[in-house]
Amino acid sequence: MKCKNCPKPAEVKIRAHNSAFCRRCYLVFFRRRVVRIIDKASMVDRDDRILVAVSGGKDSLALWEVLASEGYETVGFHLALGIGAYSGRSFEQTRAFADARGLRLEVHSLSDDGLGVPDMMQATRRPPCAACGTAKRHYFDSAALEYSCNVIATGHNLDDEAARLLGNVLRWQTDHLARQHPVLQPTHEKFVRKVKPLYLTSEFETAAFAFLAGIEYVVQECPNAAGATQLTYKGLLDQLETTSPGAKLAFVNEFVTRGSAGFVSKERETAPKTCGGCGMPSFGDLCSFCSLRAEVTRKRRDTPAGATSL
Amino acid sequence: MKILLTPQGREVEIARAKRVTDLLQQLSITPGTVLVIRGDHLLTDDARLCASDEIELRSVVSGGS
Ligand code: SF4
Ligand SMILES: [Zn+2]
Ligand SMILES: [Zn+2]
Repeated sequence: MKCKNCPKPAEVKIRAHNSAFCRRCYLVFFRRRVVRIIDKASMVDRDDRILVAVSGGKDSLALWEVLASEGYETVGFHLALGIGAYSGRSFEQTRAFADARGLRLEVHSLSDDGLGVPDMMQATRRPPCAACGTAKRHYFDSAALEYSCNVIATGHNLDDEAARLLGNVLRWQTDHLARQHPVLQPTHEKFVRKVKPLYLTSEFETAAFAFLAGIEYVVQECPNAAGATQLTYKGLLDQLETTSPGAKLAFVNEFVTRGSAGFVSKERETAPKTCGGCGMPSFGDLCSFCSLRAEVTRKRRDTPAGATSL
Repeated sequence: MKILLTPQGREVEIARAKRVTDLLQQLSITPGTVLVIRGDHLLTDDARLCASDEIELRSVVSGGS
């Protein structure tokens, strides 16, 4: 198979776009495509300062690489989750990426406060991903404020968005559907815009980009991801994609351009209070992260040291 | 032909596969869910393989949120 743009042999074939590229042409194609998506959806302006949430995986590092090399001002933010060897590797890979390119990276470690994902899971006996998600939202929001960024960019890709959309549609979660958008405007003056520049780029495309651009990323998955419903949805969508290439892209793109406006969130209004724990906007006396933290502290105090919580 | 599946770290021997498509089919892997890596190159589905090849099939699927 030959490259679409030059006589070299192709290394990447994108069935959804019915094109194939050699390494050089693919890197150009990918960067241009991401920038075009950013511009078309008015995700960021040239004078914005972007907080890029980087996990050390292919998507967030590919995103950071594109934003930085296209001249956007970025601050990388890594939240260390305290999930054993997986988190160790994720941090090292992120650090190495930033250092090699001279990019600014800020790090916060949940374990430093005794709030690593396994700690929270053990104390509250709630699913790890729920606590992890709450922590991520909280720290991304406060990091944007602390480092004077006016946009938060995350590496969610087309497959993430398609799986999430399928999940929301299967249960007609109208509130979630109203908020599933690649550009979310802030609902409070302490919050900033949230964007997903890779939302139309499949995980195959981001993985191929990361590999061909020489980005070393963590291939290993978070141990808590296994068995997540999202993976089941991804599997179904991948099967669908084999028989009708472009199905995922159409599903997400058409929803965003034509479907999403039909859903209005009932809980749009701004958080009326200020969290007593961290000073961020909240609906109650404490924001959801600070109440999680309080719960962990309380449960830990009630469980005498040495006693195993079964 | 030696096949390494990552991130599982599993190794399998495949007796014969003419092209990448055949290889994926033999291993029941949906095309588009793995990078097919030979040396420092990626291979497209139609790429020809030979018996002495060492191939890494690296999953592109990430889970969680
Ligand atoms: S899979 Fe791991 S990283 Fe992702 S939300 Fe769950 S605990 Fe957090
Ligand atoms: Zn080319
Ligand atoms: Zn708080």
